[in-house]
Amino acid sequence: MASIRLNNISKNFGTVKAVSNVSLDMPDGEFVALLGPSGCGKTTTLRMISGLEMPDTGRIFIGDRDVTTLPPRDRDIAMVFQDYALYPHMSIHDNIGYPLKVRGIDGGEVTQRVSEVAHSLQIGQLLKRRPGQLSGGQQQRTALARAVVHRAQVYLFDEPLSNLDAKLRLEARAFLKHLQREVGVTGVYVTHDQSEAMALADRIVIMQSGEIMQAGTPLEIYRKPANTFVASFIGSPPMNLLPCAIDYGARMITVADRFHLSGDTFRLPANNARAVTFGIRPEYLHIETQPVPNSIQSTFYVLQTLGSEALVIVRVGEHLVTVRMFGDEIPDLPRDLWLVPEPERVYFYGEDGNLLP
Amino acid sequence: MGRVKSLLLLLVITALALFFVLPLLWFVFAPFNERASLGVTLPNPPSLANFQEVLSSELAMRGLLQNSPIIGVGTMLATTITAALAAYGLSRSTIPGRQVLTYVLILFSSVVTGTASMVPIFRLVFDLGLINTHLGVILTMTGGLLPSAIFIMQDFVEGVPRSYEEAAMVAGASPLQIFRDVTFPTMRPGLMVVGIWVLVNAWGTFLTPFILIRDPNLLPAAVTFYRFFDEEGLPQITLVAAYAILYTLPVLLLYLLINWRYGFRFFGGIKQ
Repeated sequence: MASIRLNNISKNFGTVKAVSNVSLDMPDGEFVALLGPSGCGKTTTLRMISGLEMPDTGRIFIGDRDVTTLPPRDRDIAMVFQDYALYPHMSIHDNIGYPLKVRGIDGGEVTQRVSEVAHSLQIGQLLKRRPGQLSGGQQQRTALARAVVHRAQVYLFDEPLSNLDAKLRLEARAFLKHLQREVGVTGVYVTHDQSEAMALADRIVIMQSGEIMQAGTPLEIYRKPANTFVASFIGSPPMNLLPCAIDYGARMITVADRFHLSGDTFRLPANNARAVTFGIRPEYLHIETQPVPNSIQSTFYVLQTLGSEALVIVRVGEHLVTVRMFGDEIPDLPRDLWLVPEPERVYFYGEDGNLLP
Repeated sequence: MGRVKSLLLLLVITALALFFVLPLLWFVFAPFNERASLGVTLPNPPSLANFQEVLSSELAMRGLLQNSPIIGVGTMLATTITAALAAYGLSRSTIPGRQVLTYVLILFSSVVTGTASMVPIFRLVFDLGLINTHLGVILTMTGGLLPSAIFIMQDFVEGVPRSYEEAAMVAGASPLQIFRDVTFPTMRPGLMVVGIWVLVNAWGTFLTPFILIRDPNLLPAAVTFYRFFDEEGLPQITLVAAYAILYTLPVLLLYLLINWRYGFRFFGGIKQ
């Protein structure tokens, strides 16, 4: 096991900035998810840690070693690829044992370690088959087995679950989490699926356009999105964002040009900072059917029933706002609704999109 | 109405099939017929006399058993290895316009071994001192076949995901181990297809060895066919037939062997 340190790394492909000035410290034993939309630089970051790409500038450390210019094989890493990259001409046994074989470990020990790992991953009965004869889930486990058969300092995962169907993905996710807790590995996990990142990682790093938008524990990121990008990316459905203005003299917040909330009820940003965006998560909005003070008037648009919860989507001016209601008894809603935000769950973002303290 | 139609169709198909099958029947029957002519007749009685005479021709047998294999296998190895390396390099690099490059090469290749360029090729091979050598023939044919071979090979290499090699790199393999354990085996179907295709082409080429080789002892079977034409240039049909079947057999057997063992495909990727 070892820590990973990225020191100001950048990578361009031609004129495209894939990763710019990313710095990150991952302590020993931490499992970090790199999360972001496609093209945000998360996979390039992972490939630079693995040595499959070389950063243009910056340094990469694994433990105390500067590995920036080392080829992958000298970095002591293991990696699971998105397409699994199982060698089609080798049996499952030979696939899993390959990292041991190239290290010159003798055949008997390879067989023993392969069968141990394979049994713990419940693919012990498949060792004689070829990858093409396995189901997607079994292939995924084989790829995982090949990564963990050899004790690496760092484990890298490049969207390993994205080729599985929804049910298998949930199973594989639980399984990965269990494995990670049991082995306690230092891992970097690339995904575009926020629920996967939330479920698996000790810490999530959200990237966009090659830059880190926010890094923190899943709860920190969910509770305090550092900017409007993270706010609109994390959460399903994401945070409601409405334009706003604050009159600090009158202690009055104006939302969507029309609705006034009292600055005595809501905590205003420090230093009279100029706020332009008002954010509130769908579960912290409450619906009233009568006018009440400090509420936002809206009209009913659509109702989505999801079983344990329901999403009520309403119009506020030209904006759509989502309200999450729990329980399976959803009352009939009239056309006019008043939304009441929970005061301590309201966030203000400045012109640069960053959270105001 | 439908019945008449399908009956008519059947007749047409049968006629077409006969048209194509007749030469093959001749090809199989004539060698065993002492009085074979251009007509298809069952050998009666079948005899091996034609083969006896062909086998006794030293030049023809040397062409078939020595010179053709040397030229065929030599061209196959030179072309396949070079094409594999070139295709690998081309498909794993990001040179702009590499697709255009292969197409242009293919276009030129039809010129290289074509009749039109035989004089410059002769001069070139002569200046290199390779006239009357197998090497001269092998190099000329390799030059002609290489672009198409690269083209076919490239498709196979591009069908092999890069992540195979990357997974091996991460697993700790050295470049040599990666080539031996991953790259080479995953390229094997392509090597097979290109290898056989080149061999068949080299085996059947007449013009290049005919022009570049002077010594009758060095001529491949495609040219030593002329042993069985008389002074007026007329074929001795019995002997040509017997020699033809001997000439075809090795390539045919090889094709069947490879097809049975690996299966043929003219597209890339790996059968999992």
